[in-house]
Amino acid sequence: MSSATPPTGTGALAKREARLAWALLAPTVISVSLVVILPLLAIIWISFKPFTLSDLRPPAPVVRESLRGSGDDLRIEYRLRNSSQEIAVEGVTLSDVLPDGVAVGEIVEPCVLEGRDLFCDFGTLDGGQRERIRIPVTVDGDLLAFEDLVEESEPRLTGSGPNVLTNLEFSLENFARVFDGSEFWGVLWVTLFYTVFGTIGALVMGLFAALLLNKSFRGQGFIRGLYLFPYVAPVIAVAFTWVTLFDPFSGSANALLVQMGLSSEPINFFGERPLALIMVTVFEIWRYFPLSFLFILARMQSIDSSMYEAADMDGASPFQKFWLLSIPQLLGILSVLFLLRFIWTFNKFDDIFLLTGGNAGTRTLTVNVYEQAFAISNIGAGAAVAVVILVCLIAFSFVFFRFISREEGL
Amino acid sequence: MRKGYLTAPVLGAIWLVVIATTVAITMSFSTGAAFRPQVLLCLIWGAVAGLVYVRFPAQHAPARLGISAFLGLSGLTGFGPVLIGSDTSLQAVVVTVVAMAVVMHLSLAAILKETPFGELTRHEYEEAVIRFFTGFGYIFFTAIVVIPFYVMVMTSLKSQQALLQNPLDFSVDLSQGTDLFRSYTELFRDFNFGTYLWTSLYVSVLTVFITLLFSVPGAYAVARFRFQGQKAFSRSILLIYMVPMIVLALPIYIAFSLTGLRNSILGIVMIYPVTTIPVALYMLQGYFRGLPTEVEEAGLMDGLSRLAVIWKITLPLSLPALASVSLYVFMIAWNEFLLAFMLLDDPSKFTLTRGVTMLNSSEIPRQHLMAGAVIATVPIMALFLGLERFMTKGLTAGSVKG
Repeated sequence: MSSATPPTGTGALAKREARLAWALLAPTVISVSLVVILPLLAIIWISFKPFTLSDLRPPAPVVRESLRGSGDDLRIEYRLRNSSQEIAVEGVTLSDVLPDGVAVGEIVEPCVLEGRDLFCDFGTLDGGQRERIRIPVTVDGDLLAFEDLVEESEPRLTGSGPNVLTNLEFSLENFARVFDGSEFWGVLWVTLFYTVFGTIGALVMGLFAALLLNKSFRGQGFIRGLYLFPYVAPVIAVAFTWVTLFDPFSGSANALLVQMGLSSEPINFFGERPLALIMVTVFEIWRYFPLSFLFILARMQSIDSSMYEAADMDGASPFQKFWLLSIPQLLGILSVLFLLRFIWTFNKFDDIFLLTGGNAGTRTLTVNVYEQAFAISNIGAGAAVAVVILVCLIAFSFVFFRFISREEGL
Repeated sequence: MRKGYLTAPVLGAIWLVVIATTVAITMSFSTGAAFRPQVLLCLIWGAVAGLVYVRFPAQHAPARLGISAFLGLSGLTGFGPVLIGSDTSLQAVVVTVVAMAVVMHLSLAAILKETPFGELTRHEYEEAVIRFFTGFGYIFFTAIVVIPFYVMVMTSLKSQQALLQNPLDFSVDLSQGTDLFRSYTELFRDFNFGTYLWTSLYVSVLTVFITLLFSVPGAYAVARFRFQGQKAFSRSILLIYMVPMIVLALPIYIAFSLTGLRNSILGIVMIYPVTTIPVALYMLQGYFRGLPTEVEEAGLMDGLSRLAVIWKITLPLSLPALASVSLYVFMIAWNEFLLAFMLLDDPSKFTLTRGVTMLNSSEIPRQHLMAGAVIATVPIMALFLGLERFMTKGLTAGSVKG
């Protein structure tokens, strides 16, 4: 007698569902891996290579063709040079078709002429090397038209230098440069200061603002909208406004401080150590407290009010209700917010870049990526800093996932 | 400490410092004249006022009105809470005096409401302190939010000389008529800001559409289907969310340079949606999970295919969520600065944020920069205020991204 057993393994229906699921996800997966995963691999690759901004244009031969001389001493000239001053270009050849109706004189090495086809083989062109080919010609007829004809026909060039990006040579030079000296530890310290105080400050301010608005009154929606302004406005607008506001010469904040007798002379808020670092941290707090505020307020409004009623019956005072009821209820969202904001403050680039450009002791790791890659034009070193950031982030996200899966059940 | 005659003077003293500073800053910013809070005198005046208010509990007791009026009028002598500069106009002086007296009376009466003179219970004491902090909080947050935006708008209406002469004078000379907006007309006429506005608009709208096109099916799949790797997928969305843009911008810059996509709107439109798809997907899948499956199953039973179910049932049901996500994505794309800054060099192809960066140079007067900032801010603010409900929901739904 056979007993009915439930089917094991994946059935046809489940398989079809999974197939559909992946089909729906495919566009996202493909595009995201193209723009996120691939660049991440690329940056790790580049960080081991001596790659500078100028390597974006690999060395190549460059040629200029012109008609020189006059009368009997007429010649077509090709001036060839290596675009790079240091790196040799290999396998350089030039080929061109000479125009009709021209008598060609003697052809010298390394060129040969077959019919109308000119071919020159230069072999290797050293860094900064220049070559000049003269081809004596005689022309009957209109010289100007001929000149146009000569300059119009583009000679074809071959030859390429070594491509730093694709060869298999690696070095640790970039990392050595990044970790070298006290600069790196300075940058790390600035990053930590900015991240820790920016995150905590925004959380505390957000909690305070949420406490203010956690009651219903007329105009509550308006004030809530108003307090979100710093976050919603484009960073570029608010950052430049802060720079204008705290300008040492025409800034209102300085004028106000001087007028109120708090300072005898204008202060260069974004140009002095350590004030600049404090100012960018304050900006970070100012710009992101609305976000913490919004989340904390949403959580507060979902706390069961009967708990507070029970506490009222027991005669709990307002402070007691805050410390013993609200705070424990908010601890979950506060810690999730802390972790998330910590990571994103760590990643922040725009704000500091716009406020100080990383000067006056405000260079964080992310700003350092830009500084190394574009200000010093050493993309390899920038990539090495980026890899350092990635390693930190992987460490953070381990903590994050361990924690958030407990908190949010993700 | 829990004595009415101790608590009230302390709160009153600190409160008067707050009020005096607020009035002084407000008056300075609106008239440009000199106002200065005198902290020491404020503490003394405030302590006295606090004592009076707690001693005479009636709402509008003559003693209360008297001390507030006295305190306001003392501003005329140089021994008041606010020191008024000698060259201040009469109206400004009157406004300051009246504002000090009225604000002080109303706020102190509110803070010390039902606070007895003698022994305080724990509730009475804490509530007075909480009312004090509530008042302080509203003033503080409103000030820090409003002042930068006020300065931004007002600076854009001033001339460079006026700004250097008195950086505090934001009074607007209405007699110059439309000349007031010359920074704006110059930006639109000489700096192509009309084009930038249009570029930003269509880039943002395209980003919203492409993002939705990609993320709606993806979010649906994550929310509804069981398949291998689902959990890993959800997590990797969050992980991708955490990769800093500058790290990605570097290889993207290299790739775009090599392929010639740099300096093209096409490149920007290709890259923006990818930065927003993970966010949108995360927000939408949260919403889809909350939708009842029964409706969809009914559709399936009636012979609709899965795609038809998504199109005809799920999407119409999730219109509010789609609106939130669209707004949020629009905001990200509109405010985006880093990629536009790195990838666009050609002034004819700038987005608005890139155009404003261009104005940050010592050769271009400050009011142009601020006018540019206003132009970049106003559309997103208008959208935000008009659709605040959606926006707030969108912000809370899945985004702690900044």
